[in-house]
Amino acid sequence: MSESQEGAKVEQQQHPISTYFWVWGGLFVLSTLSYMVDYMQFQGLLRWSLIIIFMLLKAGFIIAIFMHMFYERLALACAILIPTSFLAVLIGLMWLEANNTNMTRDTYLDEGSGVMVTEHGSSH
Amino acid sequence: MANEAVVDDTGRSIAVVEGLQGVVTDWSSDQQAFKRVPWGKAMMWIFLLSDTFIFACFLVGYMMVRSSTTSAWPNPSEVFALTLFGKSIPLILIAIMTFILISSSGTMAMAVKFGYEKNRKITTILLVVTAMFGASFVGMQAFEWSKLIEEGVRPWGNPMGATQFGSCFFMITGFHGFHVSIGVIFLLIVARKVWKGDLENMKPGFFTTRRGGYEVVEIMGLYWHFVDLVWVFIFAFFYLW
Repeated sequence: MSESQEGAKVEQQQHPISTYFWVWGGLFVLSTLSYMVDYMQFQGLLRWSLIIIFMLLKAGFIIAIFMHMFYERLALACAILIPTSFLAVLIGLMWLEANNTNMTRDTYLDEGSGVMVTEHGSSH
Repeated sequence: MANEAVVDDTGRSIAVVEGLQGVVTDWSSDQQAFKRVPWGKAMMWIFLLSDTFIFACFLVGYMMVRSSTTSAWPNPSEVFALTLFGKSIPLILIAIMTFILISSSGTMAMAVKFGYEKNRKITTILLVVTAMFGASFVGMQAFEWSKLIEEGVRPWGNPMGATQFGSCFFMITGFHGFHVSIGVIFLLIVARKVWKGDLENMKPGFFTTRRGGYEVVEIMGLYWHFVDLVWVFIFAFFYLW
């Protein structure tokens, strides 16, 4: 605790330096692992799930420890993290939309040319 | 301009001001939601929240064009490969950039710690080291951009496949690189403040004339870690996917 300029009590983020070294090391290991996913040329579902797992772990460590979110009051964490979680809706909707666009293109467009295919052959 | 005073929810009396100045004082009148959090830190978090949505829009837009295009997406593993010691290593420059940014986050986190301990010398050194890591990251990005431009990659097309690859690449990495560059400038400004002892004496700031103590270093750190955080997502979705 210390005095801020308004004289109100504010909390200081003081944590042992070893915590930061551990997280730093952890992030190095996780980055190496995600690089290995590409280096070993894992493909398909295995590749995508490994990429997402390592990404979320790294993001979690950075937000929780480096940005001190784990130590902050719940009110602040909620104010930041709950609105962010709504992005899942955007991602889901756009994913459906993109697949629909892709399907329409596959059905109605000539391969790669961007020319519409009609019953009487291709036309502009 | 101050006409009367009202009592806020903490029992303190605050002046009621009219006009445009009143708009500012009303919206900032100590209705404190985030207890024991310096106002600057809460504001930085809210800025970062809005920035999250900007980057999310870019990445979601990238997801859309990549999964809706009918032409083949260039293989990032090959596009970003580099020939070192006569061997082609996939994605190596991007991997090095990732480690550099993570290291800069490590030095930043420790700068915050030593700042609160009022160890000015170590804090300044760590901030400058962080800025150097950031500057070298931007340098490598400039190298990568010029390499791709030389190979004919443009925002409207490229020789390797789907035209959308170029626009996504320049937009996403460009916006991130811009954030890193601004961060480097702010790191150097904060480093100078620490070195001169401005934070110890609560001297008014250069831009805002607000007084700030060592929480300024932590607020700077939040921005810097966020830049690292965004890179984690770009690395996963753009380079590895």
